[in-house]
Amino acid sequence: MGMTMVEKILARATGQAAVKAGDVVEPKVDLAMSHENAALVLNQFLEIYKGTGLEAKVWDPSKIAIIFDHRVPAESSKTATNQKKVREFVAAQGITKFHDIRGDEGGICHQILPENGYVRPGYVVVGTDSHTTSHGALGAFAFGIGATEMASVWALGSVLNVEVPGTIKVVAKGKFPAYVLPKDLILYLIGKISAEGANFKVIEYHGEAIEKMDTSGRLTICNMSVEAGATSGIVPPDAETRRYLKEVAGVRETVAVFGPDPDAVYDQEIEIDVSKLEPQIACPHTVDNVKPIGEVAGKPIQQIVIGSCTNGRLDDIEVAAKMLKGKKVARSVRMLVFPASGRIFREAMAKGYITTLMEAGALVANSGCGPCLGVHQGALGDGETALSTTNRNFKGRMGNPNSEVYLCSPAVAAASALTGVITDPRGDR
Amino acid sequence: MTNVVLKLGDDISTDIIYPGRFMATVLPTETPQYAFADHTEFNARLKKGEIPAGSVIVAGKNFGCGSSREQAASCLKGPDLVVVAKHFARIFLQNSINLGLRTVICPEIEAEEGDELEITADKVINKTKGKSFDIVPLPKARQAIIDAGGLIPYTRQRVLEGKK
Repeated sequence: MGMTMVEKILARATGQAAVKAGDVVEPKVDLAMSHENAALVLNQFLEIYKGTGLEAKVWDPSKIAIIFDHRVPAESSKTATNQKKVREFVAAQGITKFHDIRGDEGGICHQILPENGYVRPGYVVVGTDSHTTSHGALGAFAFGIGATEMASVWALGSVLNVEVPGTIKVVAKGKFPAYVLPKDLILYLIGKISAEGANFKVIEYHGEAIEKMDTSGRLTICNMSVEAGATSGIVPPDAETRRYLKEVAGVRETVAVFGPDPDAVYDQEIEIDVSKLEPQIACPHTVDNVKPIGEVAGKPIQQIVIGSCTNGRLDDIEVAAKMLKGKKVARSVRMLVFPASGRIFREAMAKGYITTLMEAGALVANSGCGPCLGVHQGALGDGETALSTTNRNFKGRMGNPNSEVYLCSPAVAAASALTGVITDPRGDR
Repeated sequence: MTNVVLKLGDDISTDIIYPGRFMATVLPTETPQYAFADHTEFNARLKKGEIPAGSVIVAGKNFGCGSSREQAASCLKGPDLVVVAKHFARIFLQNSINLGLRTVICPEIEAEEGDELEITADKVINKTKGKSFDIVPLPKARQAIIDAGGLIPYTRQRVLEGKK
């Protein structure tokens, strides 16, 4: 019987010829990522060793990545103190993949990992962040875990008692129409299968639209797969994966790529024709409350956000800059742009996008998670509405339970910035 | 015997259980003060110590969806609450098992605030309604961690065995 992507990866990571959905395995971890919550991980890690008489040393400091992104620069003394403790731990343990609050190397964890070549096809990647699913874009099995689970990984180098997930195969066929983007595909899918439609399963992406999609778009769809409840999203690695690793991530060695077996067994298959897709909007307060843009166009908004691990990459900023060039952001909205990494910020500057956006009236802030999770910048006022390229619209998500968040693509965000209301980037229809 | 102290709907996210703006607080000893911070009445009762240990939160489908923040589990473990839901999101369920927060998967559960419940090994009995509802056992892979008293003692044992 053939194997899916995740079955192949978990077979390799456990040294077995084959595994199948439902098996319980303990895969070796190739990369273990944390952000500021490493402060809690290290607390739990030290707890494991308490009373054992053993020295608390991580299993392999070269396989741990720690990136500060959720609250950078620190918004409070508490955060700053946690970040200080993590820095001291990183130095004491010799952790090398550490990205501090810097303009050269810093950024959002889910951007830093791929752009530095830390993730390779076939890897098992765990992260103390639910959007760790992003890294399936490079053909890894990547999933979110809690801080105590990560402490256990730091000690053992493996994840305990993992049930091999079943897989949903999504085939995205056709070509995207103008102004319809990978974000619209993933929002449409979440709306179709619901916020729990892929619970405890992996979504494996296939089809012409995925094959022709660049890694940035694949990161967007794998990133938001968790919003359908998926353990992970995964794209079988291909020539584009090799291109990204070589040209963007600077990986010198040849990278082996592989797909699922042709006779792999899937729990479910879903076909989507992207050529018929319209821009999609996830309405408050659940990500699966998705509507085609026509049903919500005209809704007034007070804040636009372009950024996050979902849509803060160079191509997202480019879409916005091209649409805003020589124009003005409506006076009734604040437009906030957060490039996903220092590198993307510098590339966007070199291409003139940052100047264009600022001349149009957008505020461009430092790389980081920004307003996405409402802990740092860009909180909403009572009764305000945001339109955002981020990934969640739960009640209170942007720092205020008395506000609303709508989710969209960068094209919809840019078109709406010009008008102050939710606007179809394809023009009047 | 215990009582339902909070009744919630479907898709209760970790942003509702533990709002993101309190995420700088990480230690399990400190997180309970922010549990359901935006449900101000419930949060106030919890902080005043008016909710007895073992009290039950009843919820619908997909409880704990959203972020991996472990505070969402530790803030309920502190006051020793029990969550009975139709089903749970993956990371929240695993965090609960790892920390020893009692989670009960009960797809047909019917209960209102104030109802008296008895939770046995395989059933939730609603004494007030005079009905009982089957419990779905936790995924088999998780039971070993529960039996060890949580992930920290489980991994500690593994670390000690590795050094023998």
